[in-house]
Formats: sequence, C-alpha cells, structure tokens
Amino acid sequence: MSQAPLFEARHIVKNFEVGGNLFSKPRIVHAVDDVSFTIGKGETFGLVGESGCGKSTVGRTILRLHEPTSGQILLDGEDITHVNMRPYRKRMQIVFQDPYASLDPRMTVGDIVGEPLDIQEVCKSREERNERILELLNLVGLNSEHMNRYPHEFSGGQRQRVSIARAMALHPDFMVCDEPISALDVSIQAQVINMLMELQQKLGMAYLFIAHDLNVVRHISHRVGVMYLGSLVEVCDADSLYRNPMHPYTQALLSAIPIPDPEVSRRQKRVVLEGDVPSPINPPKGCKFHTRCPYATERCRQERPETVTVAPGHTCACHKVQEELGL
Amino acid sequence: MSEHLLEIEDLKVSFFTPAGEVKAVNGVTYSLDEGRVLGIVGESGSGKSVSVSALMQLLVFPGRVVGGKITFDGRDILAMNSEEIQTVRGKEIGMIFQDPMTSLNPVYTIGEQLIETLRRHTDMSRKEAWNRSVEMLKLVGINNPEQRMKQYPHEFSGGMRQRAMIAMTLLCNPKLLIADEPTTALDVTIQAQILELMKSLREKINAAIIMITHDLGIVSDICDEVIVMYAGRIVERGLIDDIFYRPAHPYTQGLLRCLPRLDSDGSKPLEPIEGTPVDLLALPKGCAFAPRCEKCLKVCLQHQPPVYEVGEGHTSACWLHALEQTGEVQEK
Repeated sequence: MSQAPLFEARHIVKNFEVGGNLFSKPRIVHAVDDVSFTIGKGETFGLVGESGCGKSTVGRTILRLHEPTSGQILLDGEDITHVNMRPYRKRMQIVFQDPYASLDPRMTVGDIVGEPLDIQEVCKSREERNERILELLNLVGLNSEHMNRYPHEFSGGQRQRVSIARAMALHPDFMVCDEPISALDVSIQAQVINMLMELQQKLGMAYLFIAHDLNVVRHISHRVGVMYLGSLVEVCDADSLYRNPMHPYTQALLSAIPIPDPEVSRRQKRVVLEGDVPSPINPPKGCKFHTRCPYATERCRQERPETVTVAPGHTCACHKVQEELGL
Repeated sequence: MSEHLLEIEDLKVSFFTPAGEVKAVNGVTYSLDEGRVLGIVGESGSGKSVSVSALMQLLVFPGRVVGGKITFDGRDILAMNSEEIQTVRGKEIGMIFQDPMTSLNPVYTIGEQLIETLRRHTDMSRKEAWNRSVEMLKLVGINNPEQRMKQYPHEFSGGMRQRAMIAMTLLCNPKLLIADEPTTALDVTIQAQILELMKSLREKINAAIIMITHDLGIVSDICDEVIVMYAGRIVERGLIDDIFYRPAHPYTQGLLRCLPRLDSDGSKPLEPIEGTPVDLLALPKGCAFAPRCEKCLKVCLQHQPPVYEVGEGHTSACWLHALEQTGEVQEK
C-alpha cells in the first residue's frame, strides 16, 4: 500500500496507577506496552487476546477515551494525540460490549441515536433530525415504531443494533467495536456480525474489532493482531494467521478453541499452556510469554524479542521464529 | 425401569414474578446412565440451568417446581425434605458452578472448605480429611497442594479456583457431577486446561457428568450425548454424532449453521437464525420456535409438536417429522 493508512497507532503505551497513598508509591499496571499497527480505509483489523491483555485499553486509548502515556495516534496522517478531539469524534466512534450498560435507560431510542447529531449540530431542523434517525434505525434493521421506545423494551441483540446506529450517526470512517457480540446469544451473534459486514460494504467504514472469540474474529477481519500481556505478538492477514500461525502463543490460542465437530475434536491434539497469564503489574523480564512458552530458552528469559517482518504483511515477535528463519 | 442413574420425567419449573408466571422449564424428560457425559445446550433463558437447579433443590425464590418427577439412584428427589437432600447434595451429586469466585467462601482457606465438605458427609477424622483433600488437589493438577490448602480463594487465579471447586465436588466420590458452564468465566487457554482435566477425570472417576454450556465446541469435545433446549423444552436429543452430522430439528440445524468456524470460508456471510429470542412471559400457543423457523407449518403455530423418534436414541420435537413419516400432518 503506497497511500497513507487511514489510521495509525505508533508505539502506544498506557500505564495505569493503582493503589498508593501518602506513605506508599502507587503500583503501575502496564496495560498497553508499545503497540503499533495501522488500519486502512474500509479494512477490519481484529484484535484478539485473553482478558487483561490490554485489547480493550488499546481500543479506548486510540480514541483518546484514555490519554496514552506515550506514543502517537494518527488519523489520515494527522497527529491527533494532543488535539481537542471534538471535531474528530465525528470520524471515530465506538460500540461497547454490554448493550445493557451503554444505553441510557432514561432516553428513548430515537434520542439515543440522535444525541451525536445534536452534539455535533449537524441537523438544521427537527424534521431533518428525525429523518436521519429513522434512516439510521432502518440501516440496522429497526423501524419507526422503535423510535419512541426505551432500551429496556429491547432484547440484547436489538440494543446492540441501537448502539451501532448511534455509532454510525455521524458517518464515521472508523469504528472501534469492543466485543460487540460477547454479551449476545449464539443465534443472535450471527445476525449482528452479518450486519456489521454489510454496513462496511455499503459505507466503507474501517473497524477495529476487539474480541476473544477467534472464530468470529477470523470471519470478520482482514488482518488480525494477537495480544499478550499488553504487547502485540503477531500481526498478519486473517487467513494466513489461521493457516500458518508462527508465534507459539498464537498456536496455543488457536488449538485451545473447541471446534464444534466431533470428528475434529477426536483427532485434535491440543497444545495446552501451563499456568496463568502473569500480572501486568510486574510483567516477566525478557519475552513476556516465556513463563508459559513450551519452547522458552535462556535468551527468551533475558531479552525481549523485537517485532520483525517474517513474511510480507506478517510480523511476529519471537526469538525462536526469527532464529529459524535466520532473521 | 429404574436402571437409569437419573430419571427426569415431565419436569416443570415456573418463576412466579410480579409480571406473571415465567415457565422456565416446561415439560422436560430425560435419563442418564452411569459413566455417561450428557451435554445440555441452549441459549440464555432456555431453562438449561434451571432444570438442574431443580434437581439439586437449589431453585431460588420465586422459582418452584410445579410438576414432574426426578428419580436419582432409585430415590425421589422432589419428595425429600431439606435434611435428606443435604445428604445427597454435595455427596452423591456434586456441582461445579460458572463463577468459582462466588462459589467459594472468601473468609475460609481452601483447605478448611475441603475438609468441611468431607467431615459433613463422612466420619473421617480431621487428619484423614486433610490427606484426602491434598490428594484431590493433586489429582486436579494443583502444584504444592499442602501449601495451597492454607491459602484463601483470593490467592488463587480463576483457573486454579475452578480446579479447587472440581476437587471439592470429587471429594466424596459423587455418582453424578453437574457442571454449569464451568469454563464460561475463564480465558480460552485456561478453558482448554479445565476441559483437558475433565476429560482425564472421566477415565479416573466413574461418575456421570451433566455439562451445561452454550458452546457447541465444548459439547463436541467432551460429551457422549446432547440435549438441545429451547424455551424450556427439549427440542432434540441424541448422540453427539447424530446432533452434529444429522441434526433433525430446525433449531439445531440453524444453531450449527450460524457458527463461524475456523475452517470455514470467511467470505460467505453467516446464516443467522432470524428473529429474536422467545419471551418466556408470553410463550406462543404452538411450537416456541415457530416464529423464527424457516420451515414453519400452519400446525406449528397452533399445537405443540410431539416428540418423534428419528433414529436410534435420537429424538426431535418437530411437526416436520410427522410430515416426513406419514406424509401428512394430522390436525388434532
């Protein structure tokens, strides 16, 4: 790709301070530790990892819902790390995980979807506003009769549709979807995934799609990044990542998913990782994954691996992979 | 016919809420033999957890069993008073809950909780109970069990807590183990550990297991038989191969189709089940799945479908089978 990507995150670091009082220093949680990636126009970048690996923090930090500790956020080549975000909010929106907590129970669905329009003052008249709200509701498969109802009258899937309509109100170029389907039932998940993909085709939005369900991420994403303890360990296009995972963590993560097919389950030989994810307060020295990695060597315990390009469009941070490829 | 370890007949459980009667379980019948692993799948609100809570007499207010019979090991569970059920619950039937943080007591050490379970149900001395507990922790793969016995639940990680929970349920050699979404609160790599543990335990203990889950992947991984529930009823039951390769009920078929799979082609759109989940306060007159079913017949909207045998040990509750088997649908 020769043109500048729509969105770029460069070396994002986000630390949180926890505890601490007059007598003791707060401890630092290294939630996101030097994460860089780009997202092209109309592209879906999937972010997977286990809970606490910092994937949601990445999503919020790049929208500056959290201020990054260091690093740069670029939209269309323009540095927006320290600017007033209001004009940019039009272009970057978010859909949250829990549709029960992210909609104001005292507002009607029409007002919820219309709120971004009011804040950004894009509609000149009441009629125009209502027309636009209706158009948005239709886009997500709801209709005019839903407009004057309250969120509690809706099922989880419908609420998530409202959330998506709200995020789309201002025609964003870029949307962060933070586990948008985790709270939904299986049969409803497919509806929402299909809708997100259709909307992308129609409107050309880019998504940062955060999820822990690898099947879903593979289905919806063009490229996928795998996070472990605040770092991106592997980034690659979705198909090759699943066909040819290189990082030992990606391999383990993929083999850990139970596949809904008895024949495959019987044949499947799992790579079961020992132990638990270490605490991001005190991440391990060297490669962060070495405490659980079946291939860890002395070098992994001492030296943090660099992220290198192992194939076109495929980056990986692992000493073993780099040694094998002679990089 | 009392050879089955567990027999549930026409179980009905309702919750009497201010908004009306919620029929959470609406006529469920199944049986389970020793050493078998039965998976119960369904979406939230399908009654899969409620049906086993009734079996343990753990229903919370305003839930009540309104009909049916539960026979466990030849005894009628629903006729037991609270003292009698306590000799069964925790001893002969063990239960693993979804969230191991809320099911362990935070103010007692793991060891105290394990020993208490044993001392309540057996006449072991403290020393014996301690040794047995250590042995169990070792069995479920907890390192340094002696040291771990003295720790509190908050010092355990999520996966370790779930292991401790499993150890606790296994202490008294239960005949039946109920696992209610045991891995839902865990990460995939930890889930894989727990699933592998449960598979290895299957061979070491001779208990029947009921595995409640919404994840068909877990079912295919660990179960022998599957029950698919929708709106408080069993829509299909069969061996895992029947359910995954020859699903008979349109809901099961839809459920299997709508899953994105790692080995599938990502370019095609998914095939969701249209519509919204059923409202248990206003169950339709006929088949509860009819409003979402693409093969819905006229009769489906009017009458509950009976259960049809579609293969050996494979049943499905759908009017379509009447159409297949007799060529016409009889109106009642």
